[in-house]
This record gives sequence, structure tokens and C-alpha cells, in this order.
Amino acid sequence: MALLKGTLDVLVLKTLSWGPKHAYEIASWLDGRSDGRLTVEDAALIQALHRLEERGLLGADWAQTEKSRRARYYRLTSAGRAHLKAETERLTDYVDALTTVLTTRTAG
Amino acid sequence: MLRRIFRRLLRTSSHVHADVDDELASFLDSRTDALIASGMAPADARAEAIRRLGGASLTAARQQLHQSATQREKHMRLREGLHQLRQDVRFALRQLAKAPGLTAVGVFTLALGIGASTAIFSAVKPVLFEPLPYPAADRVVMVWDENINFAGREVSYGSFLESTERGRSFVATAVMRSWQPTMTGPAEPERLDGQMVSASYFRVLGVPPALGRDFEAIDDRVNGPQVVMLSHGLWQRRFAADLSIIGRPITLDGDSYTVIGVMPRDFEDVLLPAADAWTSLQYDMTLPQAWGSHLRMVGRLKADVRAVDADNALDAIARNPIAEFPRAKWALQRKGVSVVPLQDEITRGVKPALRAVLGAVALVLIIACVNVVNLLLARGAQRRGEFAMRTAFGAGRGRIVRQLLTESAVLATLSGVLGIVVARFGVAALIALSPPGLPRIHAIGVDTSAFLFALGLTSLVGLGIGLIPAVQATRSDPQRGLQQSSRGTASGITRNSLVVVEVALALVLLVGSGLLLRSLQRLFRVDAGFDAGSLITMQVQTAGPKLSNASATLQFFAGALDAVQRVPGVQTAALTSQLPLSGKPDRYPVHFESAPTPATDFESMAFAYGVTADYLTTMRIPLRSGRRLDARDRRDAPIAVLLSESYAKRRFPGVSPIGQRLRVGSNDGPWMTIVGVVGDVRQASLALDQTDAVYIPSEQWRNARSGGTARAMSLVVRSTADPATLVPAIKSAIWSVDRDQPIMRVATMEGLLEASAAERRFVLVVFEAFALVALMLAAAGIYGVLSGSVTERTREIGIRTALGASRATILALVIRKGMVLTMLGVVIGIAGAVAASQAIVTLLFGVERVDALTYAGVVGLLVIVAGIACWIPASRAARVDPTVALRAD
Repeated sequence: MALLKGTLDVLVLKTLSWGPKHAYEIASWLDGRSDGRLTVEDAALIQALHRLEERGLLGADWAQTEKSRRARYYRLTSAGRAHLKAETERLTDYVDALTTVLTTRTAG
Repeated sequence: MLRRIFRRLLRTSSHVHADVDDELASFLDSRTDALIASGMAPADARAEAIRRLGGASLTAARQQLHQSATQREKHMRLREGLHQLRQDVRFALRQLAKAPGLTAVGVFTLALGIGASTAIFSAVKPVLFEPLPYPAADRVVMVWDENINFAGREVSYGSFLESTERGRSFVATAVMRSWQPTMTGPAEPERLDGQMVSASYFRVLGVPPALGRDFEAIDDRVNGPQVVMLSHGLWQRRFAADLSIIGRPITLDGDSYTVIGVMPRDFEDVLLPAADAWTSLQYDMTLPQAWGSHLRMVGRLKADVRAVDADNALDAIARNPIAEFPRAKWALQRKGVSVVPLQDEITRGVKPALRAVLGAVALVLIIACVNVVNLLLARGAQRRGEFAMRTAFGAGRGRIVRQLLTESAVLATLSGVLGIVVARFGVAALIALSPPGLPRIHAIGVDTSAFLFALGLTSLVGLGIGLIPAVQATRSDPQRGLQQSSRGTASGITRNSLVVVEVALALVLLVGSGLLLRSLQRLFRVDAGFDAGSLITMQVQTAGPKLSNASATLQFFAGALDAVQRVPGVQTAALTSQLPLSGKPDRYPVHFESAPTPATDFESMAFAYGVTADYLTTMRIPLRSGRRLDARDRRDAPIAVLLSESYAKRRFPGVSPIGQRLRVGSNDGPWMTIVGVVGDVRQASLALDQTDAVYIPSEQWRNARSGGTARAMSLVVRSTADPATLVPAIKSAIWSVDRDQPIMRVATMEGLLEASAAERRFVLVVFEAFALVALMLAAAGIYGVLSGSVTERTREIGIRTALGASRATILALVIRKGMVLTMLGVVIGIAGAVAASQAIVTLLFGVERVDALTYAGVVGLLVIVAGIACWIPASRAARVDPTVALRAD
């Protein structure tokens, strides 16, 4: 299932709310959590990371991975945390409304 | 925030790329590892990882990411730049607010300079910088018959026809003459300004009517239907913009005219800016006056023809008459023609005046800028400590220059905004002051181009006033600056030379206005030849079918004059066909019986006046010999004529002209006998020594022009009381004879004298205002520099006083410095003024460009003002208390 527009950013922020991760970790985490149902393009993910960093919602630092490779670790900034909270509320609200409407039984 | 700025400074474009490359590589490695772990062959795993990254190859994926990364970086840099600019501006505003006095003076001075420049630019732009408001306006030309004495003579209908038929240079040609019909109808009568035009007039200008149709050849037949074209203004004002006006009749001069069209709203008739109505000329070539030179001719050149080509072609035609186009014996045409671009024709008269005014305002702007530079330099000297501090903290020279430039740009912007307000008022004042002959006055206003001009000026000023202080501030050694040393000699020299410049420029302006002032004084000392005091004049028109024949018109004028003479307070009254100094003079060729001149020798053109008996006494024009006109000179008596003095002397050297005969107009009219010689009168303008005139009794006036009897006469009244209070009584006296006749152009003769010098006065007023501003700014400049130097030298002065220097010595010390600067400026200024006065030479009258008295007076004034400006800081210096001064640093 392809992602709805605008949801990738909030998914990335959510992923990072558990702690700093590098790009591949984020991709596999998302893949695992959604049981493979959410397909995230690798390129789109990396661009999203850069975009969020530039907006000040993420910070990034180079560090060693467990397999002692160099990787860029992203973490939430306080602005990112606030943004995540607001966006989560907005999206769940939206999904709620969507569900209500779509599951209304048609008469007869 | 700070980290981001540092990071940005460290990151160049290649850094960004390297960053992204590293991240991609690490991502691919992780993905490949994971795929291998799930059982894929290593080579396949790598390929799959790249495929998932969205690229056909690693490079494609990388490129895409690079691109978006670079773009992001660009955005960020722009934002950083804007952010920094905002900071600079905020800092500049804070700095300006810290010195409110300096800021106010600076903004006010610059606003004056920018505002005055913008106002003058707006006023001169339509004349100097803009083409006429017609399509391909450079192809519209004016055609004159050539003549020995006059650069251009109006053409006759005959020469118009011939040049149009035989000429090959024009797309269209037209002739016109002025027309002042009185419009009657349901509303009150109104006299209109208009033109009688041949059919192609609007095609020459290139502007078709907005409504209805243009004039066609069929409208221009003799005795054709009476048709009229209306201006947009008249259509709105009198006909409520009624679309159904086309084809309807309106009443002009008692006749019915059919409206054929309405001109567009933005149409400007530069040949008669006040024109409200145009009718067809319907010229009758069979009338005896048909070859009179009384038509103005315009033409639109073909695209590939230059004015000079058309001139040559028409000259050739003029020199080679052909049988098909017979010419009257006295036709001027054979001398050739001159073809002048309409733009030059319209603006030639006022160009020198406008250029002079433009030059003057440029000087004022420069002086204003110099003054503000001086203020900023003085402040820069005080702020040296601050700059040194910032340099020490690592701010580069470029950074400080940028900060100072931002400050001056902010200062200039504030001034620019205020300047536009000043310009608005300035333009209104200029329009109110403008001489009546200023062309295209309706096109004057603070419009978009004026705004752009002000904007451009503001940026230039901002850069100009910022650069010197900025360079000055950063040149000094920070080490010395931190020590708060107050002896800044480099900036001192700059400031001194700026004061010299200011004084020099102010002197140029002062000399200009001095010369103009003296010219005007000389001009008003010229003897006009008549006594203008307590004389009132007005024009009485006759219109309508009641007065359609000559004797009824004469009867009306006689009755009106009689009634006016009986008004209490009226000493004498007379009527004349033209007034001296009242605008366009009426000149005719004069032929003397004693010394016949060839028909084409128009050297003997003279002003011809048709006057009633009391004209000379009313005007107090003295009689030199013979008799005045009187009751004898009735309509049926032999025609009597008076000659002006110097004209008589020239034509009849050593003999009495009394009893000699002459003809006026065409050389086959009746002979007139000279009965008297009267004093010379300045006819066209006080500045012009053209006095040749003949006076003919109005009853005997056989007008050489069409119409036979003058339909409009000017009334001159000499009163015993204040002339202005008599106007209502005089008007009602005229209306008691016939209440339908319009009375116009009520003026005192003194007013007409004033108006004849209006252009000079306009330039003088502008120059005087500018010179005054310049003088004050120069004085302020001297004051500022001296008072700055006194402050800086407090310690030195204190020591001198302590060592026994007297108060007078200290005074002299400071004043000498100021005076040395002033005199340097004066010397440079005199040289500049001698050169610059060339620009106003055409406006001078009776005074040389290098007039010793003017220069001496101006220098005297400047020295006195400079002396006052020196005295204040000097006396402050003299009061310095050595005990305080020595402790000051």
C-alpha cells in the first residue's frame, strides 16, 4: 500500500520518538511495524529526513553503527516532538472521521 | 541557531554532496547486509538495494538526491541572507534612533533634496524627456513659410494646397486657425476655445475620435454643412457624457453645428491645450485675403522621410512654381519653407528655462547629500570606538562597510518616502507658479515614472552618502580607535573639502538667482511706452446672428464704449483691436507710397492697431508730432493713420512723415494718410525691442484678415479709483447695450506687464528658493565642521588659553579656519558660476553673464552668512574653561 501524501513525515517522526536512528534503521522499523503493509520508497525517505532536518524538526549527527559502520543518526528536536504531537492528533482525528463515514451501513 | 550558522559557514556545495554520498553509501550497505542476511546472493542483494533506492543505477539515485540537497542548501542560504539583512536594518534603525537629532536633520535635508528633484523632474519630464502623446510622434512636424526676418511665418491656404498636392513627403497634412465660438443653449452661454481645422488634422496627430467619426474631405467644402468635434472634457461637462450626442445639433455663435464625434479622454491637443471644439476650416480661396499668412500647418511624415528631407523637398517645390498652382504676387512661399519637428516647436521656448531649473535642483540635491555625508562623517568620528570594538571581535571590514551602507540606505529610504510627499506639494506649487506658456502642463504630475525616479535617486543617494563615511570609518586603525583618540585628521580633511564643495555649489546657485533677479529688475525698468498704472483691460466679444453684419457690430461697440465712459470713476476709455503685451501680436506688412518695397519684402512688418479716438490718451502714449485720432476720423472720411516714433524716423529719415501715405496688409488696399507720430510702445514683450506700429481708427479699420470688421475688441479703461472695484460697473454698462455679449480676460495692465515676464519670474522664484536652501545648507555645513573641530580640539584650546591666549586669539583661530574654507569655496564657486551661467544666458536681460556687481553682492552675502556660521562655534571655543578642558580627556 502506497503512503497517503503527507503521512511519511509523521511516520518518520513517530519512528524517531523511540530514540535516534539512521536512515536504514528507520526504513526497516517502519517495514516491521506495519508488517510490510506500508511501502516507503528509500529515496523518498532520505529526502524526507533531509527536509525535516532543514525545518528544524530533526537533528543529525554522524556516529558508529553496531556493525561499526559510519552512519548519520537522526533524532527528534523539541520542535519535532511538538510537531509529531499535533500531527498525530490531526491524523487520528482524520482517520476516525474517515472510518465513521466509510463504515456507515447503506440502507437496505 | 548559532550552530546552524557555523555549520553553514563550514559547508560548501561539495561538502553537501560528500555528506549525501556518505549517507547513501551507508544506507546501501545496511540494506545489502539485511538482504544477504535474508538469504540473497551478495551481488543480487546490492542490485536490489540500488533498485529500491529508486534509481536505475547508483549514480542516478545519487544525482537526484544531490539535486534536492543543493536546492535545499540554496534556500537556506537565501534565508540566512534575508535574516542577516533584517538584522542589519534593525540595527541601523536602532542606531538612527539613538541619534534622533542627527536622523531628523539628515532625513529632512535629504527629503528636501529628493522631493525637490522629483517635483522638478515631474514638471520638466513631459517637455524635456517625453515624446508628444501621439503614435510615432517624431513624425509629426510643423511647416512654416520662410521669411527674411522671422524664422517661421504662418502659411497661406494657397501654399498649403500646393505643398500638399505637389509634396511627396507626407502621409497627411493639415492647416488650422484658432476659433472661439460662444456656445448657447439651455445652460448659460460659454465661450469655447477651439480650432478650425482642415479634414486631415486628427490623422496628422494620429488620434482618431473615441466616438463618432473623424472629419472627412466632404466636411471641408466651402459652404459645406457645419460640423463640430467635441473634446472629452466638454462632452462630459456640458452633455453629461450622452452617447446620443453624435448627429445632434448644438448652437455655436448662433449657428447650428452637427456633432460628428468626441475625442478620447487622454487626447491632448498640444497645438491648443485648452481646445474643447474643432470645426472644419471650409477655406474660401476666392476671398481677397485668401493669400494671407494666417494658418498653422502640420504634417505627418512618411516613415522613411526625415524632417530635413521634407524641408528640402518643399523648398524645391517653393522655388519652382508651376502654372497649375498660381500664386498671389505677395505669397511668401517662394522663399521656401521650414519643416520643424512638432516636439521642438512646442518646447523650444521653454527648454532653456526648464534646463536651468533642472540644473539648479541637481545642485540642491548634491548640496543636501554633501551636508548629510558631513553629518555622518562627524558621527562616524564619534563611533570610531564602536567600530574598533567590532573589528576586534572579528567583524571584517566588509561587514562594517555593509552595516554603514545599510544605515545610509535606511536613512535614504526614510527620506525618499518623505521626499515623495514633498514632491507632491512641490508639483502643486510649480503648477500654480508656472508661466502661462508652459506646454503640456496637463501632463505634469507625480506619476509612476516620477516614483521610479525618486526610487532611483534614493538608492543612489543611499549609496553615495554611505560610501565615504564607510570607507572613512574602516580605514582607521582599530588599535588607535580603541584608545578613543579624538584627533582624526583623515576624516577632517574629507569634511573640510566637502564644506568647500558645498560653498562652491551654493555660490553657483546664488549667482544664478542674482543674475535673474537683476534681469527682472532691469526688465521692469524698461519703459513700456505707456502708463500701466490704474489701467484696466478686458476683451469684449461679439457673437450671434444679431451682430452678423459690420455696421451692427460697430454700433454695438460704439454704444458699449459710450456706456462705459459714463460709469462714475472712469476717466477715459477706448477700444483697440489688440493690446500690447497681451499675447499673440497682430502684424501686417506695411507698404509706403514714398519708398515702395517689393511685395515680398516683409522687413516692413508692423503691429497694426485698430483703435477708437481716445486710445492714445487712455494709454498715455505721447504724441510726438501731427495730431491724434479724433471725431473727424469717421467711417467715410479719408483713412488716417498714426506711426510709432522710431518707425517713422527709420522710414522717413530727416523728413516729416505727416501727409505721407501707406497701405496695410495686401498691396492693393486703400491708401491711408499719416496724420501723426506717437511714442514707441513695447508691443510683444518688455524684453523685445520691436516697436514698429501703425494705429488706424477702428471705424476705418479695413481688416486685412477675414471678417472685415473685428469681432472682438479690447477695452482699456483709465480709472480715477482702484481699477479692480470698477469691473462690475463696467461689465454691466456693456451688458446694458447687449446682454448676450461675452466679456473675457479681465486684467489690469500692470498684471499684463507682470505676466509678460512670467517665465523669467518663474525661473527666478525657483532659483531663489533653491539658492536660499543651498545657502542655509552651506552655512549648516560650515557650522557643523567648525563645531565638530572645536569639540575635538577642546583640549588644545584649553592649553592655549592656559598658556595665555586671549579670547580674541581663540575667536580668530576658529573663524580663520571657517573663512579659509569659505574663501576656497568662493574661488571655486566663481569659476563654476561663470561656466554654469551659460545655461541661463537666454533668460538674462540687460545684464552680462559675468556681472561684477552680482558676483560681488553674492560673495558678500555668502561671506556674511558664513561668518555667522563661524561665530557660534568660535565664541563657544573662546568660552572654553582651561581647567575643565584639560580634565576632559
